Amino acid sequence: MPRCSTCGACSELAPPVLALSEVRFRWPGRTGFSLSLSNLTVDEGETVLLLGESGSGKSTLLSLICGTLLPVKGKVQVAGTDITTLSGGCRDRFRAEQIGVIFQQFNLLPFGTVADNILLPLQFAPERRKRAGDARAAAASLCRELGLPDEVFTAMARTLSVGQQQRVAVARALIGHPPLIIADEPTSALDANSQAAFLELLFQQTSAHGTSLLMVSHDPRLADRFDRVLRMEEIARIERVAA
Amino acid sequence: MILRLALASLLARALTVGMTILAIALSVALFLGVEKVRTGAKASFADTISGTDLIVGARSGSVQLLLYSVFRIGNATNNVTWQSYQDIAARGDVEWIVPISLGDSHRQFRVMGTTQGFFEHYKYRQGRSLEIADGLVMEDLFDAVIGADVAATLNYGVDDPIVVAHGIASFTEHEDQPFRVAGILAKTGTPVDRTVIVSMEAIEAIHVDWQSGAKIPGQSTPVEVIRQMDLTPKAVTAALVGVESPLQTFALQRAINEYPEEPLLAVLPGVALQELWGIVGIAETALLAVSAMVVVTALIGMMATIFSSLNERRREMAIFRAMGARPGTILGLLILEAMLTAAIGALLGLALLYAGLVIAQPILDSAYGLWIPITAPTIREGVVVVAVIAAGAIVSFFPALRAYRMSLADGMMVRT
Repeated sequence: MPRCSTCGACSELAPPVLALSEVRFRWPGRTGFSLSLSNLTVDEGETVLLLGESGSGKSTLLSLICGTLLPVKGKVQVAGTDITTLSGGCRDRFRAEQIGVIFQQFNLLPFGTVADNILLPLQFAPERRKRAGDARAAAASLCRELGLPDEVFTAMARTLSVGQQQRVAVARALIGHPPLIIADEPTSALDANSQAAFLELLFQQTSAHGTSLLMVSHDPRLADRFDRVLRMEEIARIERVAA
Repeated sequence: MILRLALASLLARALTVGMTILAIALSVALFLGVEKVRTGAKASFADTISGTDLIVGARSGSVQLLLYSVFRIGNATNNVTWQSYQDIAARGDVEWIVPISLGDSHRQFRVMGTTQGFFEHYKYRQGRSLEIADGLVMEDLFDAVIGADVAATLNYGVDDPIVVAHGIASFTEHEDQPFRVAGILAKTGTPVDRTVIVSMEAIEAIHVDWQSGAKIPGQSTPVEVIRQMDLTPKAVTAALVGVESPLQTFALQRAINEYPEEPLLAVLPGVALQELWGIVGIAETALLAVSAMVVVTALIGMMATIFSSLNERRREMAIFRAMGARPGTILGLLILEAMLTAAIGALLGLALLYAGLVIAQPILDSAYGLWIPITAPTIREGVVVVAVIAAGAIVSFFPALRAYRMSLADGMMVRT
């Protein structure tokens, strides 16, 4: 049920941050793989875990949400806009404005400083840049909130540990407060202790900023921390036809 | 910030990028070096003779006259009679005239008969005069002044005897009348360096016992007798002429060309030099083309490097894409990187060129008489640098286009 994170009273009015309906995707040229999904919504401020084994179409789904892939049919609405109606360049800009992305690992440009990496999405998103205000100060305070030492801010990204790099990736996803954060197994490169600490920080930040989170993982142990858990095989149908 | 990241990305691949920059720098230095040597050689060539308004010889072609009279290459088809020479010398518009008599040789070097006037009026490299490095200008009938290369090659010093051979590449020598090295000229970088200079009278003297190019059998006039003889030349091979006023040059040229008594030819040295350079110039153009190919090769090397780096940089491109960069931005980023590489390479090449010039300038001057002036970069060199950067952008377009396609297909997920 849709609900509003601030008071819950106006639940029927708050539009979902993410809504996919009747989406069908087929890899161009490749006959083998197609994905159909009837319905997926993420509400404002909601945290959703999407469980799925590797090869279950998770990455394809994330690419569809981010607009780097286009479905053959169906609607992909992000923050109220159907991105399938936008041109390629507009989708890229839209992604920069509305979505923070965290990868499994190798999130950062190794040759850039931590500051460069955090500020990078703002380069492609003028609105988000405005929302961020003093971008450098915002980035620095995000780093502090994520427990990164101050000197890390100007360090080269490649000098950081994997755990620190993932936290920088969170800061980068959060800067300028995009309404939706997409995380693709962000904890898989971390050990169990770091995983818990990382998720703790991530949830602190998303709830502090009212950001929706869609996290994809194969690890069901993370489930109890989320508002809602979806299983890939329940919401989407994958067809593999031997070529 | 994007520019800074592009730089940082280049810096992170310092080794491969450094090699690419080095290849471009060396090729640009080579290209500009060839260009410098080319213009330097052309200038040196044009500076072979200056201060002379007209070269006069028997009627042939202007390039041929220039070749044998100034460069001592080839032979005169005919001589100019002493009478004609005197007629020209007597003209009011002639300020000075220096006769040249060629036809004999010493080892591989040409022997030139002339007068003291040659040392006074022959100028090279914008009005420089010949200088005696050692000894004196010839005074005696059998004195010779040798050029710097002659002295260096044959290891001659002042007072050494030399025997002049009849004709060129001949085994018949004028052994009855040996010469003495009176002086050695300083290096000029002109054909004078490779010339043995004697007086006009000496040329007559060694041919006293000769007739129609062959020695009269059994006849051998003693040197003492020769010294008493009238050694006025019967003919000269060519003459260098200076006019009273430059305005008279063309009138004099026409007068000589229309000289009724004998078919003569007067040429302006500058015009003839240009005409000759037009022939020699094909080689320099070929050289320039070859060095341009080297630049192209270096740029193609850069293209290959970018192509091979694309796979390892897929992750980097995926990050850019995830952050909202369009595929076009990826394309632009790669072209920008290539342009930066090419620009650094080209500027480094320019720096290498000047460093090389500072080192090579004195060596080239003393060894080849080639003077390459060190001047501020010309517009032409600036154009070369800009062209290399533009060419870098063009060649990088192909790998950049591939990156564009890859990042379009990959999106933000790298599939391996």
